[in-house]
Amino acid sequence: MSRAGALKRLKVDVRQKSFQSASGGTLHVIRGLAFSLQSGEVGALVGPSGCGKTTLLRIIAGLDPDYEGSVALPDHGRLGFVFQEPRLLPWRTLEQNVRLAAPGASDATLTALFHTLGLETHRNLFPGELSLGLARRVALARALAVEPDLLLLDEPFVSLDDALAARLREELAELVSFRPVTTLLVTHNIDEAIGLADRLFLLSESPAHVLAEVPIPRPRVKRSAADLATLRAEIAGKLSQA
Amino acid sequence: MVRIVSLALLMAAWFIGSQLAGPRMLPDPQAVALMIVEEARSGALAFNLGATLARVAVAFALAMALGSALGLAMGRYRIVDRLGDPWLVVLLNLPALVIIVLAYVWAGLTETAAIAAVALNKLPIATVTVREGARSLDRGLDEMAQVFGMSAWTRMRHIVLPQLAPYLAAAARSGLSLVWKIVLIVELLGRPNGVGFEIGVAFQLFDVTKILTYALAFVAVMLVIETFLVQPLERHVSRWRPKAA
Repeated sequence: MSRAGALKRLKVDVRQKSFQSASGGTLHVIRGLAFSLQSGEVGALVGPSGCGKTTLLRIIAGLDPDYEGSVALPDHGRLGFVFQEPRLLPWRTLEQNVRLAAPGASDATLTALFHTLGLETHRNLFPGELSLGLARRVALARALAVEPDLLLLDEPFVSLDDALAARLREELAELVSFRPVTTLLVTHNIDEAIGLADRLFLLSESPAHVLAEVPIPRPRVKRSAADLATLRAEIAGKLSQA
Repeated sequence: MVRIVSLALLMAAWFIGSQLAGPRMLPDPQAVALMIVEEARSGALAFNLGATLARVAVAFALAMALGSALGLAMGRYRIVDRLGDPWLVVLLNLPALVIIVLAYVWAGLTETAAIAAVALNKLPIATVTVREGARSLDRGLDEMAQVFGMSAWTRMRHIVLPQLAPYLAAAARSGLSLVWKIVLIVELLGRPNGVGFEIGVAFQLFDVTKILTYALAFVAVMLVIETFLVQPLERHVSRWRPKAA
């Protein structure tokens, strides 16, 4: 992993990533996958299930050093990660969960975050007493509380009902526009990607590489239903060409 | 309520037994109670209980600390596990008596030898229990801690120890009762005081009353420790778990 100085953007270039399968064969998960994100941009990796999206996020987060290629994180490289499952500490309260990850966060920051995510009244509950939707919010609050230079989201709204997922998406969009942070979102849901991202990266089946890059015009709020439909059709076309 | 009835039944059985067997073989509860009062007045009871309790405390703390550290290392690192496992199997299968006798032969009839022998008996059991816990640590939480850059201290205190708590509690529970039983043997074989020593003397004089006096007094002490120390601690550590129905 190389890190240039004064770098404000995320630059990913994974030439090859493979796993040894149990039967002794080699499974190529990623081959020749490269993209970059400008500072403050929200990127979305969209691709079929099992195409190696989570593996890619783990590589970017430094959890999997066994790959060929390079990843350059934005300056300081403070990470906020929202895992697919919330990964909270069941033996600590919500507030402790957030504070343990972000010991430097001020009371004001936390109060504002809890307020936006509708968690103020739950501060002293344990994760076992929460619904999945609330647990996801806590995971989001934790990732944002560290004031990350790079926010990584791995299918953060999967297995929530549509209405709840939409509301959480809006809250996240609001939080990210309030304090711009370079964000990389992984999803298999095109609508979710369009709703949040400035730039889409469409991924192929395994071994994954970038099929196409689709910039999404800003600002998000001004997009009409018709615009979105056109965009969706365009993306679906690109995916089917591959 | 059920506990009290059960205890009363035990006392009744004891009383009937003592009437049948005669006071020499089995003194009745009243005789033992009088003896406890008498020994307590003379100070001998407190002195011997204290000596035994101190040995239990030191040996227990030593075995738990070393055993937990070793178990954690063996559960987390394959190489340590492979290196340590044969030693563990040897220690686990060495009879307590052999360890005690060897300790006294090699280090003399000293306090150090006594405590080391007890700790060495308890150590492998604590290690095996904690190793099982360390093997089942949640990798997802480890990764979370790594991504958020948590310090080693934070990880230990807030991520590893809470996951090991049930295993540590199990090791402590079984350990406390095992340690005090072995301490008595150690005292019987090579110490000039303590409950084990007193019971050894009483055995030579065929003084069953005294044997029961010391045994019951110490069981009472352990009950108090269990009720007022171990159980509240367990409740505190597992407060986040949803209550069982």
